[in-house]
Amino acid sequence: MDFLSNLISGLSLGSIYALIALGYTMVYGIAKMLNFAHGDIIMVGAFTIIVSISTCGLPVWVALILSVVMCTVLGVVTERVAYKPLRKSEPLTVLITAIGVSYLLQNLALLIFGSSQKSFPSIFDISSVHIGDLSMSGESVVTLAVTIIIMIALSLFINKTRAGKAMRAVSEDKEAAELMGISVNKTISLTFAIGSALAAVAGVFYGATYGFIGPYTGSMPGIKAFVAAVFGGIGSIPGAMIGGLLLGVLESLSKAYISTELSDAIVFASLIVVLLVKPTGLLGKVIKEKV
Amino acid sequence: MCMLKVDDLNVYYGKIHALKGVSFDVNEGEIVSLIGANGAGKSTTLKTISGLLRSKTGGVTFMGEDISKIDAYKLVEKGLAHVPEGRRIFLQMSVMENLEMGAYIKGKADKADIESVFEKFPRLKERKNQVAGTLSGGEQQMLAMGRALMSHPKLLMLDEPSMGLAPILVEQIFEIIKELNDAGTTILLVEQNAEMALEVSDRAYVIESGRVSLSGTGEELRNSDTIKKAYLGG
Repeated sequence: MDFLSNLISGLSLGSIYALIALGYTMVYGIAKMLNFAHGDIIMVGAFTIIVSISTCGLPVWVALILSVVMCTVLGVVTERVAYKPLRKSEPLTVLITAIGVSYLLQNLALLIFGSSQKSFPSIFDISSVHIGDLSMSGESVVTLAVTIIIMIALSLFINKTRAGKAMRAVSEDKEAAELMGISVNKTISLTFAIGSALAAVAGVFYGATYGFIGPYTGSMPGIKAFVAAVFGGIGSIPGAMIGGLLLGVLESLSKAYISTELSDAIVFASLIVVLLVKPTGLLGKVIKEKV
Repeated sequence: MCMLKVDDLNVYYGKIHALKGVSFDVNEGEIVSLIGANGAGKSTTLKTISGLLRSKTGGVTFMGEDISKIDAYKLVEKGLAHVPEGRRIFLQMSVMENLEMGAYIKGKADKADIESVFEKFPRLKERKNQVAGTLSGGEQQMLAMGRALMSHPKLLMLDEPSMGLAPILVEQIFEIIKELNDAGTTILLVEQNAEMALEVSDRAYVIESGRVSLSGTGEELRNSDTIKKAYLGG
């Protein structure tokens, strides 16, 4: 039963990675850029919760909405201010800008909240769930359940709705999409909005799982989620979901059975192995164009 | 009535002066061709009209309105459709989804419009749920044209619709171009296959190194010695 509970805590951790990885992969798919500031959005989302609940005493549901709104606005604004002017620049320029935005967000948080870790309010007042010998923490169950719902909703949105299809069209060919009457700028904004909203949700779960938030909290899950996105095939939405979940399980199982210290190394090494065997990631594909 | 007026267009790629004062016009109901060699500036002209490129100087007037500063995606609504060089269909989306994207500005794709595209291109109906990347070159060209028709364009701009296609398919594509024109769509055609293009065109312009070097009716140009020598193989 130990194995099962490790598996479930891995899936719950993986859900958080998957939620962040979705933002990475969607933004990469549409804007062809790696938004390294994406991890720090999680931190902003988590701090929004801390401020609204612990400082302002707002109810949990208001704090959750505020956190999502805050991150969505932040994501859209960073894109407008920092990335949009560089739409036609070298990828390296955009990458460095993204790293700059990341440092900016971290240091703003440092300035406002100081360097010490702040405790995250307990927002999921749910006791552990027991099925036979198996016990799962309430947070794990909620994280997993909400992530699954979000993934289904996102898949439906991307595959069935007009805006979702337009996103796929833009990710495949911007000029052709423009010739269909699709506004590429609006579509990119929408992508940043969705990705950042998912990061807010991930931030809430991350805070609830670990209990503490600091200015640099976003960077490690951000990098792991990036690994998850590459693992699954960057640009692929199902890839990010599977990559995130696999990575979480891998991390949790290596912690339990191999070594806590080595777990991160094992996670990153596994990426190298996957990329050696399948350079485009698990679900990334190379499509040939016909003449 | 003059539908599209291109006036003294100058376009640069960095320092390269690609279009050097191109002017021409397209009247409602016509088929007008731009012919010329590779790199002469034909595709650049179409891209500038549809807003994908910006001209440094010069104007583009469509249905009496200056469109030279309007974003590409807003022009579809005004009745301009551009089938770009190389088809540029969405390879990872299904045939049906490609057609739906063609009708993006209408909100939901009209069933009757889809049926009318399938009527013109029955092959697409057979493959409607297939991913577009699996279509043959000819089918992809049909899909690109069908997709453009979904927005009910007043002016349809086709960039090299015959490129890379077997002769029988080329004939078919030109048949369809004539049919579309008979049904009331004005057509601006860019072609390297000058012979086919001049045959269907009311008027044509020859573009050479970024300039219009010659113009006339399709008939006149087909009989012109210069054209015969340069583009029609003697």
